[in-house]
Amino acid sequence: MAAVESLQCKECKAEYPLESQFVCDHCFGPLEVKYDFSGFEADSVRRKIQAGPNSIWRYADFLPFERAPKSALDTGMTPLIKADRLADALGLGEVWVKNDAANPTHSFKDRVVSVALAKAQELGYQVVACPSTGNLANAVAAHSAAAGLESYVFIPSNLEEQKILGTGVYGTNVVAVKGNYDDVNRLCLELAGERDWAFVNVNMRPYYAEGSKTIAFEIAEQLGFKLPDRLVVPIASGSLFTKIARGFDEWLQVGLVDGDLPTFNGAQAEGCSPVAEAWGEGRDFCKPQRPDTIAKSLAIGNPADGPYALDLAKRSGGGIDAVTDDEIREGIKLLAQTTGVFTETAGGVTTATLKKLADRGDIGGDERVVLVITGEGLKTLDAVRGSFETTEIAPSTKEFDAAFDLAPAAS
Amino acid sequence: MSVTVKIPTQLRSVTGGDAETQVEEAGTVGEVLDGLYDRYDGLRDRIAEDGDLRRFVNVYVGGEDIRFLDGLETSVDDGDEVTILPAVAGG
Repeated sequence: MAAVESLQCKECKAEYPLESQFVCDHCFGPLEVKYDFSGFEADSVRRKIQAGPNSIWRYADFLPFERAPKSALDTGMTPLIKADRLADALGLGEVWVKNDAANPTHSFKDRVVSVALAKAQELGYQVVACPSTGNLANAVAAHSAAAGLESYVFIPSNLEEQKILGTGVYGTNVVAVKGNYDDVNRLCLELAGERDWAFVNVNMRPYYAEGSKTIAFEIAEQLGFKLPDRLVVPIASGSLFTKIARGFDEWLQVGLVDGDLPTFNGAQAEGCSPVAEAWGEGRDFCKPQRPDTIAKSLAIGNPADGPYALDLAKRSGGGIDAVTDDEIREGIKLLAQTTGVFTETAGGVTTATLKKLADRGDIGGDERVVLVITGEGLKTLDAVRGSFETTEIAPSTKEFDAAFDLAPAAS
Repeated sequence: MSVTVKIPTQLRSVTGGDAETQVEEAGTVGEVLDGLYDRYDGLRDRIAEDGDLRRFVNVYVGGEDIRFLDGLETSVDDGDEVTILPAVAGG
């Protein structure tokens, strides 16, 4: 039942075979996978999904493979948590948290890497590589190790230590580049032209990006094959934001869900907000910025999918907001203290943006809202350092009683 | 006075396989590109539209995105390296 047809330019619609190409020969536009779902019958597709593996491969018919791919490290089917205490704290009706930290390397990047690696292996690549802000590095290193492929990960040299340690442990070649992510990205683009390697987010990008659709599929399936009313999603390159919408669009087209595309709210950090800035100024293109924010996993100053993210916010009736580093820290605490989910700075951006929307009265009381949490708090511990006090005492009940002014214990 | 231009794989079909070339007598990025357009048939259509660079084309001088500088008016000096790359980002 493979529906995958070709690669197609998002700009001029020229088509190409399903190989390792990512840029249109005619107009330099990005390529995207094209499918033909006309043979899909909703009931049988639904039954097939429900009988499928407990991973993203249950959605293989919506991914760019002729035959169901396999991976050594299963990804996806992360929890969708009903967050009533968070909803109460914000005065909202219904909030759900899609916790993508519950993936093999604790971020949504396991999804895109699973798809990119499966395709790279299908195309015969022996070496895998990527430029990364950290989470992708973790995922590429781990999935390459599991698959027995050699890998190189290129990161900005000022990256959080947790993300570097969580990459090198898998036996990859860690290359720390003196520069920011956009410098690393430029270097990898040049290298991708010279070496016959699978750069997951460069020459494998059309396939890689498809992995993000599985978040949409899971959310819809976990809600009983229904769509939420609104999503709040972080924006770095804009790929995740737009691919979640594409996932819903495909299921609407096939008839697996009914209704309209949800409202999409994008979330950026003020210290790197080229898309939010363009939205605020009513532009349909982004001006590049030099990132300066604690949300390093979102620190892409030159977001290639920015124009598409702006278009999605517009056509879905949503918007794109930016929050300060202090709001990000508060967002991390708010999520942790109302849901028990400890997220990294990107999740702080997303939660703080939800709060901003709620405070502004942008969200209706009857709306079902999904907050997309893309990564794990243990990877960015610096963000919470100093945010609370520990009470130190000698091991004596007297000292404890003196430190905490509590009612006397029953004797 | 000579500037080195690095050409991405995606454009080498119109540069006859050239991965790198020299442009003489150019004072700005725009003039460097004009020099390339004169030399390589079909290059202009691939990367430019209505006198400006296409949306998904990035140009760097010494590693710096020209949108942080003066765009096509960015000046170039003898020995500078100009790099043309497709816009791809995300990780």
